[in-house]
Amino acid sequence: MSRIAARFDALKTQRRSGLVTFITAGDPDMATFQTILNGLPAAGADLIEVGMPFSDPMADGPSIQLSSQRALKHDIALKDIFAAITAFRKSDAATPIILMGYYNPIYRYGGENFSKDAVAAGADGVIIVDLPPEEADELLPALRKHGLNMIFLTAPTSSDVRLPTILKKASGFVYYVAVTGVTGTKSADASAVKLAVDRLRRHTKLPVAVGFGIRTPDQAKAIGAHCDAAVVGSAIVDVIAAGVTQGKPSAALAADVHRFVKDLASGLK
Amino acid sequence: MAFVQPPNTYRSGADENGHFGIFGGRYVAETLMPLILEVDKAYTAAKADPKFQTELTHFNTHYAGRPSPLYLAERLTAHFGGAKVYFKRDELNHTGSHKINNCLGQILLARRMGKTRIIAETGAGQHGVAAATVCARFGLQCIVYMGAKDIERQKPNVFRMKLLGAEVRPVNKGTATLKDAMNEALRDWVANVDTTYYLIGTAAGPHPYPTMVRDFQSVIGNEVRTQLQEAEGRLPDTLVACIGGGSNAIGLFHPFLDDKTVRIIGVEAAGKGISTGAHAASITGGGPGVLHGNRTYLLQDASGQIQDAHSISAGLDYPGIGPEHAWLHEMKRVEYVSATDDEALAAFQLCSKLEGILPALEPAHALAHVGKVAPKLPKDHLLVMNLCGRGDKDVFTIADALGAKM
Repeated sequence: MSRIAARFDALKTQRRSGLVTFITAGDPDMATFQTILNGLPAAGADLIEVGMPFSDPMADGPSIQLSSQRALKHDIALKDIFAAITAFRKSDAATPIILMGYYNPIYRYGGENFSKDAVAAGADGVIIVDLPPEEADELLPALRKHGLNMIFLTAPTSSDVRLPTILKKASGFVYYVAVTGVTGTKSADASAVKLAVDRLRRHTKLPVAVGFGIRTPDQAKAIGAHCDAAVVGSAIVDVIAAGVTQGKPSAALAADVHRFVKDLASGLK
Repeated sequence: MAFVQPPNTYRSGADENGHFGIFGGRYVAETLMPLILEVDKAYTAAKADPKFQTELTHFNTHYAGRPSPLYLAERLTAHFGGAKVYFKRDELNHTGSHKINNCLGQILLARRMGKTRIIAETGAGQHGVAAATVCARFGLQCIVYMGAKDIERQKPNVFRMKLLGAEVRPVNKGTATLKDAMNEALRDWVANVDTTYYLIGTAAGPHPYPTMVRDFQSVIGNEVRTQLQEAEGRLPDTLVACIGGGSNAIGLFHPFLDDKTVRIIGVEAAGKGISTGAHAASITGGGPGVLHGNRTYLLQDASGQIQDAHSISAGLDYPGIGPEHAWLHEMKRVEYVSATDDEALAAFQLCSKLEGILPALEPAHALAHVGKVAPKLPKDHLLVMNLCGRGDKDVFTIADALGAKM
């Protein structure tokens, strides 16, 4: 069984919703990122999304745009991200890691090489924001061959007619984008999320994670009540941004992030 | 290099999913995907509707001033001493460039779709001005995203947009130029899906934009075919146009793609020179990648991060190119070459002095290449260059480059 499936099974047994945390690889630098990443499971992250920084993050709001820019100052490339995941796996064999980003760096790396190296490093799935199901067939065979789940985004604009097109290609879990907008700019509405997740469940048996617009332990709790996992990204990245002065991370940065994640997780325990 | 099997026609693309060979497509976030499909459906219906075409022709004629003249540049022809050089005078259109052709088409589509709010991106400001113009004409709200750096170097156009009632939103992110303006417009669209229509200015972006913009711009090539037939009784021998995203070029080229005797040349911006890295020549100096909704040639590093483009011309300062051009390059139907900032500046001055026409810095790149090929061609060789914009907007940039005080 894949780490993703095993983790969602475990959450079901514990009768709770999971916490998915997003941080960008190499933000604010590779060493600090590694420390943050390694401590996330103990802080309460059930699944981890690792952002693959891109120069043109079209679907992201200011927080994650800046986080990508901080990482790219250090020329973070996919091989560096794979090395960080390899290092993480030395202390954690169970927490799923999902790579999230845009298609061009993967396309340049090559779908086959990307899938092989990502799995070898210990990644479990991938979310590619600008690769909708209509274009995904060029990558899916390589992902499947190496056992990497492809997690697709669904949005408030995805109609009942359209959902099967997406879901027949999805694996691992389904990501529901709770707001029409970019990351970190609007608040998700719990009652609208409930209706949307109910609608998704009529189309799929896969677990549903909800993200975009969840910033606080209360919001995580309210949204988490209606889905299998709540995703928090921009709010965590903002804690990182607050701990960076003139390009240098504060000594307490990783601890600050872990404390923030612990608070978020408390809403879901 | 592998042998390229020529297709039966170069004019049938894109396929129903928006692909030109491996290029084009719809690489957008899921939130936008249903909208893109809606635009595609609405455009397909409009294209087949005679009423839509009649309305478009009406506005092209009475509002934009089409057809634009096909002008024999006699003094430049004499100066080069070779091919007969014709200019397609799209700089004489209302708003001063070919951009109005596309804006009129898309604004009529947006109205059909019941959209009330229009967003656009702009580099040089020519598309922004054209978008603001049609929004004023049809009473629609208009928001134009423009890189802060471009706002600085294209002040006259920024003020024109404001006079036309548009809101110009500066984009400080990334490199603060056209690509960042496009990112920001996409972010706006994703947040305002119900009311908003994204009026893309060039033949790039997710399907159906590259095809739709090409169709609206093809009025250029279709007119050239008729006008040159009247003037010379035959087809042109060579076509030349400048390429940023490539909308003026594809508009001139597309009607002639299946005329095998017609040599077709696209001129990219070589900036300070391809070898310096400071250029905007995606085909000459880039490679295939995915950005802004389509696969095409991009300026990028080995890790797939998009690199800054550089050109003295803000309208060519974009690290990508329309996907149909990428395909025409790989099929070897169109030749893609480049001209530097300095070559464009020299061509600008030559055209101003010999023809009494201030060309925009964008077509000045095309003219720079004409100056390289025309002298070697016979006197009965018919060369048509798209003079796609006027240079009034560029006088400050040019004064700066020439070290002149205004």
